[in-house]
Amino acid sequence: MDMLHISGLQKRFGDKEVLRGIELTVPENSIFGFMGKNGAGKTTTMKTILGLIKADAGEITVAGEKVAYGQTGTNRHIGYLPDVPEFYSFMNAREYLAFCGQITGMKKSEYEERIAKLLPLVGLDGEKHRIKGFSRGMKQRLGVAQALLNRPRLLICDEPTSALDPVGRKEILEILLAAKEETTILFSTHILSDVERICTDVAFLDHGKIRMQGRLSELKSRYRTEEYLLELEDHRAVGPLLKAFKNLKQAGKCELIFREDGHTMFDLLTFITEKQIPILKLERREPTLESLFMEVVES
Amino acid sequence: MKTLFSFTKKEWLEQIRSGRLLLLTILFVLFGIMNPAIAKLTPWLFETMADELAQSGMSITVGTVSAMDSWIQFFKNIPMALLIFLLLESSVFTKEYQSGTLILALTKGLSRYKVVIAKASVLVILWTIFYWLCFLITFGYNAYFWDNAVALNLMFSVLIPYLFGLWTISLIVLFSTLSQTGTGVLALTGAVVLASYLISMFPKIKDYMPTLLLDGNSLVYGLKDSAAYTSAIFVALFSTLLCMVAAIPIFNKKQM
Repeated sequence: MDMLHISGLQKRFGDKEVLRGIELTVPENSIFGFMGKNGAGKTTTMKTILGLIKADAGEITVAGEKVAYGQTGTNRHIGYLPDVPEFYSFMNAREYLAFCGQITGMKKSEYEERIAKLLPLVGLDGEKHRIKGFSRGMKQRLGVAQALLNRPRLLICDEPTSALDPVGRKEILEILLAAKEETTILFSTHILSDVERICTDVAFLDHGKIRMQGRLSELKSRYRTEEYLLELEDHRAVGPLLKAFKNLKQAGKCELIFREDGHTMFDLLTFITEKQIPILKLERREPTLESLFMEVVES
Repeated sequence: MKTLFSFTKKEWLEQIRSGRLLLLTILFVLFGIMNPAIAKLTPWLFETMADELAQSGMSITVGTVSAMDSWIQFFKNIPMALLIFLLLESSVFTKEYQSGTLILALTKGLSRYKVVIAKASVLVILWTIFYWLCFLITFGYNAYFWDNAVALNLMFSVLIPYLFGLWTISLIVLFSTLSQTGTGVLALTGAVVLASYLISMFPKIKDYMPTLLLDGNSLVYGLKDSAAYTSAIFVALFSTLLCMVAAIPIFNKKQM
């Protein structure tokens, strides 16, 4: 089943068209990476899903239920972590989570049990201080805890790792991976390595439109090119190689890119063996998210 | 109902831990004591200055001080106390818009009207407690030093500034749903109060303006009859109710 479905979503702020007909489907139990440059419309899309912003056109369903602006009943399925979460700084972490449990309408025993489980998960169980003195990383972790409190079916995180140092980022990603067991996760980011690390699905947003979406593994194999990088020890061998193979391109002083087109890799290897050309490295190039991203953004 | 209770509890916790509750307590107790204190000290002040003034050719006869002087101070000082109260409390909504704390509560399914009710009720309760605390302190001292019987229509005359306070609170609530910043809320509220003052310059409309309710002095002196305030009370109560009720649908449609 699809946990989230968006069709034809449009939004403009003044004369700026932010969303231009978004089509997006998030399957259940996926970790969905929602990618795009700054200003591509990621936060606007998320806020519309949460009913915080009124869409100009289009429809959103969460767990099969239609999202309404203002009084948003579908939010009971959703846990939300804003990009820079702000909490009532006069409370401590435990008090804040209890407050969240109460306004969600959970029973006391229920939210206390969840808090007892979540605080160690996000590494805040020993923290007695008020939120006022929390670091960014701690706030982000508390943010994940509050978002997971009522066992949401969909967890929406807006750039959860962008403002954090490498250690904080690693912690958040690990918490999200652990949360995958019980929920579907949609998170926006422009950090490609984060997506590569934990996501099962991905969508690219560019200029208010989804350019590409699907399972990460499928997208990668679809865009897999038969490309190799060849690094030579001596630059004098470059000339003869380029002469013999039209599908070789020079990339650096001693580096060549080989595309299997006409000639196969084995032809090249035979040539190298026959001429006894010393090489340093020969590797098959995997399509990276970065190359996909650039391809999408530039096209 | 339980969620409304929890959110209201959070509001009170904020009042306590931010220190605002303490500040307001000190402020209103101080105002309560100041009214009789000023009345009591005035003759003494004049006496100490009498010699100096006599040298410059002025002579002063100090009349006897009564509870009336203290009540006049009360009605003079209450607008100032209310102003400080509003300055301290005007950002109860806007602070949450700016920090984004409300977004998390709303995305957890908290109904928006409960936010308005919780915050408005806290403001009304705070004003009620502190206003009447201030009154009781002044009343107690006056009864101890003099006799409160000299002030005419006392209960009615202290009730009307209280209603004026409620009216301004309802303006704060309404403008908090319209404006995004604390200064915006204060500016809009101030503009309405100022407009009410300016319109009061026209004698015929004067009796309908809520600002008339700050004039408790004419009542205790017996210069005016309580019936003179009926229209203003009606207008104030009606617009208070209107503002509070209008705040809910406006807040429901507010972009966060």
